[in-house]
Amino acid sequence: MNAVKTTADLTRIRESLCTSSDLFDTNENSGQVEIKVSMATCGIAAGAREVNTYLSEIIEREQIKASIIRTGCMGYCYAEPTIEVKIPGEEPIVFGHVNKSKIDDIVFCYIRKGILPDDITWMKTGTAKEEDLSSKQLHIALRNCGHIDPESIDEYIKVDGYQALGKVVTEMSPDEAIKIIMDSGLRGRGGGGFPTGLKWQITRKSQADQKYVVCNADEGDPGAFMDRSILEGDPHSIIEAMTINGYCTGASKGLVYIRAEYPLAIERLKIAMQQAREYGLLGENIFGTDFSFDIEIRYGAGAFVCGEETALIHSMEGKRGEATVKPPFPSESGFKGYPTNVNNVETYANIPLIIRKGAEWFSRIGTAKSKGTKVFALAGKVNKVGLVEVPMGTTLREVIFDIGGGIKDGKKFKAVQTGGPSGGCLTEKHLDLPIDYDNLLAAGSMMGSGGMIVMDEDDCMVAMAQFYLDFSVEESCGKCSPCRIGNKRLHEILQKITSGNGEEEDLEKLRNLAGVIKDTALCGLGQTSPNPVLSTMDNFYDEYIAHVNDKLCPAHQCRRLTQYFIDPEKCTGCTLCARACSVDAIKGERKAPHVIDPTLCVRCGACIEKCKFDAVYVH
Amino acid sequence: METVKVIIDRKELEVPKGTTILEAAKSIGIRIPTLCHMKLEDLNYENNPGSCRICVVEVEGRRNLAPACKTECTEGLVVKTYTSRVMNARRTVMELILSNHPFECLTCSKNGYCELQTIAHDLGIREVRYTGEQSVFPIDRSPSIVRNMNKCIMCRRCETMCNEIQTVGALTAVHRGFEAAVSTAFEKDMTGSTCSYCGQCVSICPVNALSGRNNQQEVLNALADPDKIVIVQTAPAVRAALGRDFGFEPGTLVTGKMVSALRYLGFDYVFDTDFAADLTIMEEGTELLHRLSDYLKGDKEVKIPLMTSCCPGWVSFVEQHYPDLSSHLSTAKSPQQMFGAIAKNYFAENLGVARDKIVVVSVMPCLAKKYEASRPEFAVDGNPDVDISIYTRELARLIRYANINFEELPDSDFDRPLGESTGAAIIFGTTGGVIEAACRTAYELYTGKRLEQIDIEELRGLEGIRSATIDFNGLPLKIGIAHGLGNARKLIEEVRNGTSPYHAIEIMACPGGCIGGGGQPFHKGNMKVLRKRASALYQADRDKTIRRSHENPYIIQLYKEYLGEPCGALSHKLLHTHYFDRKEIVGILDETKNEE
Repeated sequence: MNAVKTTADLTRIRESLCTSSDLFDTNENSGQVEIKVSMATCGIAAGAREVNTYLSEIIEREQIKASIIRTGCMGYCYAEPTIEVKIPGEEPIVFGHVNKSKIDDIVFCYIRKGILPDDITWMKTGTAKEEDLSSKQLHIALRNCGHIDPESIDEYIKVDGYQALGKVVTEMSPDEAIKIIMDSGLRGRGGGGFPTGLKWQITRKSQADQKYVVCNADEGDPGAFMDRSILEGDPHSIIEAMTINGYCTGASKGLVYIRAEYPLAIERLKIAMQQAREYGLLGENIFGTDFSFDIEIRYGAGAFVCGEETALIHSMEGKRGEATVKPPFPSESGFKGYPTNVNNVETYANIPLIIRKGAEWFSRIGTAKSKGTKVFALAGKVNKVGLVEVPMGTTLREVIFDIGGGIKDGKKFKAVQTGGPSGGCLTEKHLDLPIDYDNLLAAGSMMGSGGMIVMDEDDCMVAMAQFYLDFSVEESCGKCSPCRIGNKRLHEILQKITSGNGEEEDLEKLRNLAGVIKDTALCGLGQTSPNPVLSTMDNFYDEYIAHVNDKLCPAHQCRRLTQYFIDPEKCTGCTLCARACSVDAIKGERKAPHVIDPTLCVRCGACIEKCKFDAVYVH
Repeated sequence: METVKVIIDRKELEVPKGTTILEAAKSIGIRIPTLCHMKLEDLNYENNPGSCRICVVEVEGRRNLAPACKTECTEGLVVKTYTSRVMNARRTVMELILSNHPFECLTCSKNGYCELQTIAHDLGIREVRYTGEQSVFPIDRSPSIVRNMNKCIMCRRCETMCNEIQTVGALTAVHRGFEAAVSTAFEKDMTGSTCSYCGQCVSICPVNALSGRNNQQEVLNALADPDKIVIVQTAPAVRAALGRDFGFEPGTLVTGKMVSALRYLGFDYVFDTDFAADLTIMEEGTELLHRLSDYLKGDKEVKIPLMTSCCPGWVSFVEQHYPDLSSHLSTAKSPQQMFGAIAKNYFAENLGVARDKIVVVSVMPCLAKKYEASRPEFAVDGNPDVDISIYTRELARLIRYANINFEELPDSDFDRPLGESTGAAIIFGTTGGVIEAACRTAYELYTGKRLEQIDIEELRGLEGIRSATIDFNGLPLKIGIAHGLGNARKLIEEVRNGTSPYHAIEIMACPGGCIGGGGQPFHKGNMKVLRKRASALYQADRDKTIRRSHENPYIIQLYKEYLGEPCGALSHKLLHTHYFDRKEIVGILDETKNEE
C-alpha cells in the first residue's frame, strides 16, 4: 500500500516509479518500445479495443519488447483508431486509421526495421507537447490526455501528479493558494468566463458549517467533448484540483455532476477516486494535515440546462433541473443552501499546473484579459476534426486552417460557430480575430464551453440558425415565458422561412423576438439562445432575403426551396437515376434524356448520387 | 434598519435594504404588472420564481432587463419602469404567453376574474403577432377540481401552494421546453394522485387552468323536475363571501339576500348547514367528552388528541398520508353529511316521502365537499345523502343565470326546522370556530356550569398554528388549532411522534378555514379579504341570541323526537362514519423515500 502521509511520501513513490520501470526516455539501452493506444470513447467506437487486443497478441507472438499503454484521447478524432509508437531514441510517431493489417505493417516495417511505410496515415507527434512554441497548440488542460494511462494513479504521480495538492495543503494557506489562482487570470472555461480565483474567494468568505465544491461535467453542447476527453484521459487531475479547491474554499465535500451518458468517463473517474482514497489523497487527513476531503458522483440525465450552475445544483438536490434567478449566487447559497463553488472540468484541469508553475507562468500565456489556453472540439467541415488546445489569442484562421487543415474537399470557408447553440457564427472577416472571451463576445458570439463547428459554402445559414434553435427549444427547461414560448416561435418563423413561406414582416418579427428573448430570459441558456439567429441575421442577411423574397436557398440546402434538374446535354439515358428514385419522379426513355417531375420530387438527392455523368443539378 | 437610496422613474426614494424593485415601486404608487408573483403575507405564501418576465424593468448599467419581483434594491440603483424597451419586452412576452393560450375568454368561467386578461388589457394588447403551435393536454376532471393545462401559463403558483404551503405534493412541473406543464406524479389523473381536493391551487390560479368542477346544470335539472323536492343547505362561510361577486365590500354578510335568491331559484326548502353544525357539536363534543373521561380513567387505548373531521380536505389528507392515525379523527360526519343524513331520513319521514324523492343540494365554500358528497359510504343503495354540492362562485353564477338582481333582493329567513342555528355554528366558517363551538358545549356538559366568557378569544386569529388551554373546572383542556395542511402536518407529526400535548385539535385544510376555501370568490392575493370575512362571522355570532349549540331548540327537538341521545345507536348509524387507508395512492412516493 502506497499511503501518502507527507509530500516526501509522494516524492518517494514518484522516484520509485521512475527507477523501477520504463526509463526508456533516459535509458536507451532498455530497448523497450512504448505503444500507446488512444482509448477514449471515440477511439473505442472506432475499434480501439480490437486494435489493443490484436497489438497484445502480435507483440506476444513476435516476442517484441514493448509495453502497451491504454491512454485517453490523443486528439486526432479524424484518424481514430490511433496509436502512438515510440522507439527508443526516436521521436514518437502517431499512426491513424489503424486496423489489423496496418498493425502488421507497423510492427514488421516500423518497429522491426524502422521503415515508415507510405500507405499508413501517420504523423509526427511532439507537436502538442507542452510549451512547444513552434506548434500552434499548447496543451495545459490536455497535458496528460493521450500520454498516460488514466486508470493508473502511479502514471499520474509519475508526471508530477498530486504535487500541487501536496504543496497547497502543506505549505500554503488557503488565501495564498487562492491568490495564485487569482493572479494567474484563469477564467471559467464552462463558457461564462468568470474569474475562477474570485469565485473561490467568494465561496471562502461565505460563512457556513458546510461548503461544497462541484465539478460541472454536464457537457451538453452538440459536438463538444472537451470535458469528456479530460475525464477519460486524465481523471486524477480533476480530483487533485477539486481537492485543492476544497482546501481553499473550506469545503470538505466535492461533487462531480456528470451526465450518465458518459459511462467511460464515470468508470475512469470512479477508478481514480478509489485509487486516490487508497493512497490517502482523498479522505481523512490529506498529507497528514487536518484537511479532509472526499468526492461523490452525481448523475445528470442529459439536459443542456443542467450545465447552468443553479439548474445543476437543483438537479443534484433531486429537484427539477431548472435555473433560478441569481443572486443568490451558488458561492453564497448553493447545494442544499450551503456555499457551493461550481467550476467546469476544463477549469479544474488547469489548476494543478498553475499551482506548480505559478501564476506568473500562466498569465504570460494568452491575451490581456484572457489568460492561458482553451480547448476546442473542432468539428464540421474541416479536414482534421479533433480536440485542440491553443493559447488564448490564437486566431480562428490558425485553428481552422493550420491545425484543422482547412476546409474539406477544397471548398470555401463560410462561417464558424463558436459557443455551441448559445454562440454565434463568425465569418471570413473574423478569421484573424484573436480568440478570447471579450473578442468573441464583441463579435456577437461567445467562448462557450469550446464547441467550434466550421461551415463551408454548402451550408445554409438560415437552416443553421434553425438547427441550433431546434436544440434550444428542445433543451429549454420551460420555466420562463420568453425561452419556453419565444424560442418555439422563433423556430417556427425560421421553419416558415426555410420552407419557402417566409414573408418580409417575418424578418422584423424575428429580430424583435430574438432581441426580447435575449433581454428578458431568466438564465444563460435563454439569454443566449437567440444568438445564432441574431448573428446570422447580422452576417448573412442576404441569405434571409433570398429565402424570403426570392424563395431561394443560396446554399441549396433548404429542400423546399430547391429544385432538381437533369441537364439534357449530359444525360445519356442510362436510367440509373430513374431506378434510384423512390417516388418515381424521373421519367424518360432509355438512351434519351430524362426529366424530373418537380411535383413528385421529394429532393432526396438519390439521383445526384447515382448519376455517373454529372447530369443532375440542383437549383 | 439599513436603507438604500434608489431612483425609480426619476423619483428618488429610500427603502430598507432587501426591498425588491417591485415593492419599492409600489410604495410610490407605481404598479408594475406581475403574473407569476404572488405574496400572501398572513399565510407565509410567496410564489416568486421570477419566471413570467412580465415585470421586467430597465436598470441602469445592467446588460439585460431585470425582473422587478426578484431584483433587490441596492444603493444608487436607477430604475426605469416604462421605457419603450421595457414596454416592448413586456408586450412581446405577453403576446408569447397569449400565443399559447386558448382564445376562449367569452366562454371561460374565469372571464372577468382572469389576471392574464387584466394584464393583457392593461398592456393594450390588441393583436398577437406571434402565433404557432399550441399545447394540447387532455383535460383532467376529478370530482372536485378540473385541470385544463391548455390554459396554464406556468406561473407555478399552484405548485408552491400544493407543495410548500399545503405539503400535499400532488402538483409538479413535468417535461421541458414548450411541452413543460404542471402535472401530477407520473402524469396520473388527479384521482390517482395525492390530491386532497382542498382547492387552494384553484383559488390562486391566475387563469382557468385549475378550476372547480361545475355542477350548476345538475342543480337546474333538479329544480326543473316536478317530481323532486329540492332542499338546499348553505355553509356558514358562504354568507360572508358571496356578496363579493356582486360588488359588496369584502366581509359583507348577505345571509338574507342569499336565502331570498335561493327561494327565487326554486328550492323547495332553504335550510342551513349551520343546523347540522350544531348537530356536529352535539356529536363531536360528546365524543370528546367520552374519550376524555376514558382517558382520565387511565385507558391507554383511547385515542387522544381527538382531531376534528369537518373538513373533507383534511380527512383525505389523513387517509392518504397518515392512515395509521385516522382513529384520532372524530367519527362524527361533517356538517354537510350530517345535514344530508338528517334531511333524507328524519325530514323525509316527517314529509312522508321516500328519500330518493328528495334532492339535497349543498352550497359550500369548498371544492373538497364535492368529493366528500360523492364518497360511497355517504349513500344508501346508491342514493347519496347529499346529491349535489356546489361552491360559492357557482351559486353566484346561478343567481346571475336566473336573472336575479341580487343587490336589490330583500332579506328573508331560513326555513324551519333545519334552518335554525346558533352563533356557535356560524363560526364554523373560520379557523378556530369549530373548536370554540365545541368548547362552549363541552364545557357546560362537562362541568354542568354556565360558560361566562363565551367569546373564547384565545382560540381566534389567523396564525397558522395556535394553542390554548381552557380550564374545564380544574381540568386544563389543551387545544391545538391549525389551518392550512402544511401547518396541520406539523401537529399530526407530533401526534405520530407521541409528543402532542393536546387533548383536541381542530384542523382546516384551507388557510383561514372555510372563509378561504377553494370555492370562495377569488381573493386575488388580498389578505384583508379573509380577515374581513372572519370578523363578519364573529359579528354574526354575537348578533345571535342563542350562541350554544346544545341550546338550539330544534336540535333539542331532534334528539327528543328522533335520535335519542348524542352518540346513541341511531346517531351512530346516521351521523358517524369510518375512514379508509388510501396510502396506496402515495405508496410509490414512500418507497422512493425509503431508498434515501
